[in-house]
Amino acid sequence: MISKLDFSFLTWQVVSSFVLKGLAFSFELTLVAMIGGIVIGTMVALMRLSGRPWLAVPASAYVNLLRSIPLVMVILWFFLLIPKLIGRPLGTELSSFITFTVFEAAYYSEIMRAGIQSVTKGQVYAGYAVGMTYAQCMRYIVLPQAFRNMLPVLLTQTIILFQDTSLVYAIGAYDLLKGFEVAGKNFNRPVETYLLAAVLYFVICFSLSMLVRRLQRKIAIVR
Amino acid sequence: MGTWDWTFFSRDTGDGRTYLEWMINAWGWTLAVAVLALIVALVVGSIMGILRTTPNRAFVYIGNAWTEVFRNIPLLVQIFLWYHVIPSIFLSLRSVPSFVLVVLALGFFTSARISEQVRAGIQALPRGQRYAGLAVGLTLPQTYRYVLLPMAYRIIIPPLTSESMNIIKNTSVAFAVSIAELTMFAMQAQEETSRGVEIYLAVTALYFVSAFAVNRLAFYVERRVQVPGMIGGTK
Repeated sequence: MISKLDFSFLTWQVVSSFVLKGLAFSFELTLVAMIGGIVIGTMVALMRLSGRPWLAVPASAYVNLLRSIPLVMVILWFFLLIPKLIGRPLGTELSSFITFTVFEAAYYSEIMRAGIQSVTKGQVYAGYAVGMTYAQCMRYIVLPQAFRNMLPVLLTQTIILFQDTSLVYAIGAYDLLKGFEVAGKNFNRPVETYLLAAVLYFVICFSLSMLVRRLQRKIAIVR
Repeated sequence: MGTWDWTFFSRDTGDGRTYLEWMINAWGWTLAVAVLALIVALVVGSIMGILRTTPNRAFVYIGNAWTEVFRNIPLLVQIFLWYHVIPSIFLSLRSVPSFVLVVLALGFFTSARISEQVRAGIQALPRGQRYAGLAVGLTLPQTYRYVLLPMAYRIIIPPLTSESMNIIKNTSVAFAVSIAELTMFAMQAQEETSRGVEIYLAVTALYFVSAFAVNRLAFYVERRVQVPGMIGGTK
């Protein structure tokens, strides 16, 4: 027994007024959290590898704490706590930007830490030998290679991040999934819109992961 | 930020149980979803992972397609597919309880990741092991059963452990289809009592404890099954 699907309600008018707004937010959130997350994550990774306990201990506490809490709970925590701290309500969108940046930083930092550790010791010694400071060594020798080695992994994490943005559902922000859901409610076609949402997420994530795979082959360093 | 108040946990919720009892009950749902989904994921993920390493091109294709589909759709969207879309396309599935649908959704989602790990584990073994198995006259299924899989599973215990911890975290997405698990409890109790911080702290602690328990259990299993002299074994 199979019921019929009907996609006739789906005109360009509907797509542009419901879905595009959500798609834009999902992309925006992914981009902001990726850039912010990689910048903060790299700093956290450097703190963990600094060898100074007063930097390393808080950094690893930050990473381990966030990595052991479900993202939905982190979203709820931030949505509850930030308004209490700043004393006024915060929109769901701004709250999402902050939450995802802070949350993803923990995951990106683990990737960057692995990347930094993948650079051979001899490179660092060579840097010191030509008179570079620790900071210069990191800036000009270690980080560029770490970043290059880890680029495919960073991008794969970004695809996961894009999928995870759908969880802003918990606080009701208007993202891609919400856009489809609202359209489905308005035209009483929820089945079709959820199906389309799944197809669109698949097409985006699958194409991105194909691109990452090609990039991986292209930039692989032959040693 | 106000003062602490934990007393509401012993208060009645209005349906004959305290908030504490409700939370413990929700923890039970979280663990039930996690354990059942993990079983589904291990079975399906192993089958798909194995298919991807067989010499049969059709099998490889099926395993690859399965993995790509379930890996590239967000978990929340997959849960909605199981909950809203599949029962209305296949009307005979209407009476299936939402708990089962969520277990299947989370199980299949995780099966894609486990299929990757099983494939990697099998491919990490030297090619000679497979040939040796076939050369002594074992059939292909026997080679998998007695030669390849026993070592492959031992190799992938660490990633399987983190996947098991992920599955506990991922049960939180079930709030979206009103499964009475911990995150659902946190959202509802927060609204009813306005003691959000205390409730979130308690729920977060329970997620912590659950994940940590899985971690210890996996460590125990890893120690029990290690082969002396082999990968991860004692020297």
